[in-house]
Amino acid sequence: MAFVDIQNVALRYKPQGSDEGTLAVEHLDLSVERGEFVAVVGPSGCGKSSLMKLATGLNFPTDGRVTVAGNDVSGPVAIAGMAFQNPVMLPWRLTRDNVLLPLEVVEPHRRSFRSNKKAYQEKAEKLLASVGLEGAGSKFPWQLSGGMQQRASLCRALIHEPELLMLDEPFGALDAFTREELWCVIRDLHASKGFTTILVTHDLREAVFLADRVYVMSARPGKIIVDRHVPLERPRPIEVTYEKEFSDIVQELRGHIADARQ
Amino acid sequence: MTATVERSWASRLDWVKLAPWLCTAGLFIFWEIAVWIFDVPYYILPSPTRIAHAAWEFGPGLWRNSLQTLWTTLAGFGLAIVFGLALGLFIGWDKRIYAGLYPLMIGFNSIPKVAVVPILVLWFGAGWVPAVLTAFLISFFPIVVNVATGLATIEPEMEDVLRALGAKKMDIMTKVGIPRSLPYFFGSLKVAITLAFIGSVLSETIAANSGVGHMMLTAQANFEVPLVFACLIALAIEGIGMYALMAWVEMRMTGWAHRSGFNR
Ligand SMILES: Nc1ncnc2c1ncn2[C@@H]1O[C@H](COP(=O)(O)OP(=O)(O)OP(=O)(O)O)[C@@H](O)[C@H]1O
Ligand SMILES: [Mg+2]
Repeated sequence: MAFVDIQNVALRYKPQGSDEGTLAVEHLDLSVERGEFVAVVGPSGCGKSSLMKLATGLNFPTDGRVTVAGNDVSGPVAIAGMAFQNPVMLPWRLTRDNVLLPLEVVEPHRRSFRSNKKAYQEKAEKLLASVGLEGAGSKFPWQLSGGMQQRASLCRALIHEPELLMLDEPFGALDAFTREELWCVIRDLHASKGFTTILVTHDLREAVFLADRVYVMSARPGKIIVDRHVPLERPRPIEVTYEKEFSDIVQELRGHIADARQ
Repeated sequence: MTATVERSWASRLDWVKLAPWLCTAGLFIFWEIAVWIFDVPYYILPSPTRIAHAAWEFGPGLWRNSLQTLWTTLAGFGLAIVFGLALGLFIGWDKRIYAGLYPLMIGFNSIPKVAVVPILVLWFGAGWVPAVLTAFLISFFPIVVNVATGLATIEPEMEDVLRALGAKKMDIMTKVGIPRSLPYFFGSLKVAITLAFIGSVLSETIAANSGVGHMMLTAQANFEVPLVFACLIALAIEGIGMYALMAWVEMRMTGWAHRSGFNR
């Protein structure tokens, strides 16, 4: 069985006490192998964020079945880390303490957090350094630029060494240069740590550059309409984005999205 | 030559710091002169010097009653903090509690508190108890609303990040909700202390046998108009002092929330 397995899932957002409501996704089938990097693209409002919530156990399917690491998802999936378009750092905590926040919550770290605080802080600084944020740990998040905050938010998603990384348009609010820098950061983290990744994005170049497989979703209610393998060889240098093979795949996906929006 | 010397002298003064003192002094001078020019009788509007004289004459009584009012206000305010925080946390805990209790709170708050004082007197008799309770009732509302709002407006992404890690409601509240609502809470204290002060004086003027409000009422009955004004000014000074104290507490406790530099 695949690491993340979503079978024929439907999700309906019901307002309290009524059966009507928005059908966000329907007949959704998707599977992600262990260690695989998957990108999900699709028109706005098609249920991509809903898909993330289903896979992390924040929402439960109205119909169908979701399993992660072989277990039915019946509650929050603590082996997942998440980062969003909005980095949402807590302004009263130092960046380092923001990164450490998951460890104060998730088992088994929360038990040993107080006694091992020094070791954890070093771990956080190391992780921050690995995304190019040496020394930023002792600054407040609001003293960092948007791109730096997004890097810190990535660190927060990774600090508890999750097996599954969920990224919901993490670079949507950044400029093109910063974005490409962060692509490389993610690429290298994925290569070195080998976590399974699901990336939701609007940027087809981002999807093709990072992912092993790109899923295209239809308009709401969302389902997968295209499953495109990306055969580009790893490790991928950023120059690959100027090659013909790369732009052909992007063009092809663009066509599918245009169809999906009809 | 003299011009440059003068400019450097003027620019060395901190005009922003001086401004409140200059304005206050200006007001009193203007008042004094106006009373003098238009020859206003003292029982309509006494001049500041006359008020100062009355304050001196009745100094000990004024002092004692000011302390009484201060005590009443702080007692009511203290109750408001305790209950306001507790109720604010309770209401902000859950969207359903928030939805259910909010209209009730609004309704309660829109009752004019003057109308409540007679009931309190009926229950507890005239004296300091109704004054403390009025101060409490009038000042706990902004605390509740601010704390509850701080809790109810947690970013959903933050909640998702923590919930996905298996965080309980309690974790989210202690790690995010409560620290987040602290600036709202401390911000509300400034408003609350002013309201508590209004509440205690209000109750003192209706039914009490001590406090500045009571003293004012007695002075008015005896036609001691300068003393009435002296009481008013004593109230103003106390009000400013308490407000300043709370503003200082707010700055000290929630420096991070003032990071924009907009207020500096
Ligand atoms: N909490 C909610 N309550 C009710 N409806 C919701 C809720 N969250 C999402 N929806 C609805 O479900 C549908 C899918 O939403 P979702 O956020 O998953 O889309 P998305 O693909 O992430 O969109 P975007 O690309 O704009 O981020 C939308 O129509 C949205 O209005
Ligand atoms: Mg979304």
